[in-house]
Amino acid sequence: MADNDSIGKTLLVTLSLCVVCAVVVSAAAVMLRPLQAANQALDRKENILAAAGLLESGVSVEQQFERVETRLVDLARGQFSDALDPQSYNQRKASKDPALSTKVPSEEDIAKIQRRAKYAEVYLVKDERGGLDKVILPIKGYGLWSTLHGFIALEGDLNTVAGIGFYEHAETPGLGGEVDNPRWKSIWHGKKVYGENGEVALRVIKGQVDTTRPESVHQVDGLSGATLTSRGVHNLIQYWLGEQGFASFLANLRSGEA
Amino acid sequence: MAEKTRDVLLKPIFDNNPIALQILGICSALAVTSQMSVAFVMCVALTSVTAFSNLFVSVIRHHIPNSVRIIVQMTIIASLVIVVDQILKAYAYQISKQLSVFVGLIITNCIVMGRAEAYAMKNPPVASFLDGIGNGLGYSFILMVVATIRELFGSGSLFGYTILPVVTEGGWYVPNGMLLLPPSAFFIIGGIIWVLRAVKTEQVEAPEYRLAPNTAGGVA
Repeated sequence: MADNDSIGKTLLVTLSLCVVCAVVVSAAAVMLRPLQAANQALDRKENILAAAGLLESGVSVEQQFERVETRLVDLARGQFSDALDPQSYNQRKASKDPALSTKVPSEEDIAKIQRRAKYAEVYLVKDERGGLDKVILPIKGYGLWSTLHGFIALEGDLNTVAGIGFYEHAETPGLGGEVDNPRWKSIWHGKKVYGENGEVALRVIKGQVDTTRPESVHQVDGLSGATLTSRGVHNLIQYWLGEQGFASFLANLRSGEA
Repeated sequence: MAEKTRDVLLKPIFDNNPIALQILGICSALAVTSQMSVAFVMCVALTSVTAFSNLFVSVIRHHIPNSVRIIVQMTIIASLVIVVDQILKAYAYQISKQLSVFVGLIITNCIVMGRAEAYAMKNPPVASFLDGIGNGLGYSFILMVVATIRELFGSGSLFGYTILPVVTEGGWYVPNGMLLLPPSAFFIIGGIIWVLRAVKTEQVEAPEYRLAPNTAGGVA
């Protein structure tokens, strides 16, 4: 065994091991790449449909997604933009890219996102006659431990919530993690986003909503035991549906000028 | 020989369990046991990595220079872990998202490294492979017990199927939130170690020192 430790043998063994391992690892990565990319795309479509409450079991996601049109919105102008290809655009990557994003001034950054992409992906769901059935908007913001990434879906009136869902977060299981609870998510259905003066009236309140009061149409129960996560969700709703987010786009879309 | 093969395969499950007796691989046992399906995939991943790293280390054990043997083992283990991670991302995307960083952390799991160094460096390939499977099963046994307890009492379900309907979904069971947090696994693993050592008393380590009896008339 002594000659194993000679410099020549050591180099030979380590080098050949490195070559073999490198080939195995890169072969696995390259051969499985198409499957992984397909999984990611499918997962994203599933999240979008689930947020809008459109996901049906038994029908393939691809087939269900045919009703959905992906467009990009220039957030500053509040209008559709064809400057980039929506198929290859990745909003999460863009929000880290200095060329494609702007820094959010800290006094406006209630959702604690730091940078906001200039272009946002929006998903337009068409009904059978080609009219606008739902709009699905990406939302994100900081909760207690993590950034929550999700989607909110609005009905064709662009004011009524059709559904909400978060596909990525790391909040405390059983407390903040209850943002995934279907019963809590179902509370959002039918809530109205904008108040009489066009302000974002939709809020997550502490405790339970008193449904006899007229403002309850704008209110969602907070998650018990998860004050900071609830506040995070409240803030990100205020941000993304407000002036800094999609408010001007939704106004333009409503008046047909988007 | 048959007797020995059985020993290599089955001893690590109760008699020489890597988690309960050797207290190795605890970190992932805490992190991935809140759901049985996730824990199960983690068990399969770790068992296959341990088995194949043992196999490959054993195959080239006569050629591994002593001075760089740990690095050589690490290279083999790391490559296997990346391959497993890639396969999970391609064929079990949802679960790989939940396991996230913990598949990658198999590289640092002491069980894999420990078996490569302690067993595969000195034994022939087939026995090493079985030793890897055996230790993987020992790890899996503890993980699945912990995951069963945590998922059943923490979320009222097993493998995602509702067993105890919880209050937030309109049922009657108030779930124990602590079981969803990593520290609960500490208590459960502690309990398992206690039970195992109470049944198999030979696992109890000899105390390193004893308290001297309290002698009367000492310094007050």
